[in-house]
Amino acid sequence: MKIYAAILFAFLFFQQLAVAQELRGTGDLGVVIERATGSMQIIETTGQSTLHRVEGLGDLSHASVVFSRDERFAYVFGRDGGLTRVDLLKAKIDNRVIQSGNSIGGAISQDGRLIAVSNYTPGGVKVFDAQSLELVADIPALYGDGKQQSKVVGLVDAPGQKFVFSLYDGGEIWLADFSQKKPDIRRYQDIGVQPYDGLITPDGRYYIAGLFGEDGLALLDLWHPENGVKKILSNYGRGSEKMPVYKMPHLEGWAMTDDYAFLPAVGRNEVLVVNRRNWQQLASIPVHGQPVFVMARPDGRQVWVNFAFPNNDTVQVIDTETLQIRKSLKPGKAVLHMEFTPRGEQVWVSARDAGKVVVYDTETLNAIAELPAEKPSGIFFTSRAHRTGL
Amino acid sequence: MFSQVVYAVQSTALTASRTAELHNLLLQDCGSCHGMTLKGGLGPALTPEALQDKPREYIELTILNGRSGTPMPPWKDILTQDEIRWLVDILYSGIAP
Repeated sequence: MKIYAAILFAFLFFQQLAVAQELRGTGDLGVVIERATGSMQIIETTGQSTLHRVEGLGDLSHASVVFSRDERFAYVFGRDGGLTRVDLLKAKIDNRVIQSGNSIGGAISQDGRLIAVSNYTPGGVKVFDAQSLELVADIPALYGDGKQQSKVVGLVDAPGQKFVFSLYDGGEIWLADFSQKKPDIRRYQDIGVQPYDGLITPDGRYYIAGLFGEDGLALLDLWHPENGVKKILSNYGRGSEKMPVYKMPHLEGWAMTDDYAFLPAVGRNEVLVVNRRNWQQLASIPVHGQPVFVMARPDGRQVWVNFAFPNNDTVQVIDTETLQIRKSLKPGKAVLHMEFTPRGEQVWVSARDAGKVVVYDTETLNAIAELPAEKPSGIFFTSRAHRTGL
Repeated sequence: MFSQVVYAVQSTALTASRTAELHNLLLQDCGSCHGMTLKGGLGPALTPEALQDKPREYIELTILNGRSGTPMPPWKDILTQDEIRWLVDILYSGIAP
């Protein structure tokens, strides 16, 4: 009788346990950075709700996030040099290291085993084991006379277990190949003055760096790295008038459709339309302010644009067929970022000074949900895990 | 507690709501390049230690006119001289973040 009761008890106990640990996937999860409080929300896009808040992530001004290939872990790169691995299912910090004094972003390798972080202070790139966060390689970005380190920007992953990045002070692009035991680094010098950000095309073929110090863009064809860096769109930039730029446009979100690339003009209230085959400009679309992010809905049918201070309460939706603005939306003050769900039926928009994230239906362009958030900035969905350069 | 400190440094006739806006601008918008704790990023650190050997006028003029050859834009179309002075007070006092 006693044994029977014990078995019954054990049975009930494990049944309870199973209910408590309800199984769930991570494909509809994402994170919202709360920049002022060093925290982030874990959200889900199926019911548009906040699941958890994770705190203790340090200085998150200009934070960015990549995901492990199993979409379970988020790697958060903080401004204070912190690299934090967050378990999305347990909603807690799994590992955290302070890897430098001041960092700007990071990337995860093609095979998911390496995390690279680009740094402002002391400069250079550090590469970590994605599991243990132990240092695997330290790449000081020495330039010029070889005594000073450059701030590193525009760090992305590329096919073939490579990382590509740009030296802001040095005016160089470096291609670091981690496919062999000893990393191999190829340097491209004199690529232009003050590269300030970089992107890789979604197919992983072209790396493009934006230049602050001169007009034009630097392009590296990763199928033919032996051909060196070429200058494209020689009139892309601030031009001779040198309009004040209150926030430099981001390149990461550059919208690419089959035929066109949509780029934020620098210092002008325009979105530029460029032929992807020959990088010639085809048109410019007048918009509400200086564009910051110009992002295509995953199917390429729409492009969404947000703007720099002081016009940053607005988002505009461009029809990529007619090149006309379909609608102007006002999500709230200081719109910082936008993120599409993987198949593009929703877009999540952060309005920093309004203290909320607004979710839009991309067909009706109506707001379908609002989530309160503490100074929200970047929004990152787990589907980035399977996209080169994100 | 914090807002009282801010008022104590206020030297001009800026309204409380305007100084709150300026404070937010400093941390959030200036902070996008200089770091939210103003310890530097793409732009240099703006902590009192970093500013101590630079003259006030130089900092005020930099905000007013920007710095050519760097991403620092001129703010004269957006901020008044009084507002810039208020911001520089805050920077040197070290109470900004």
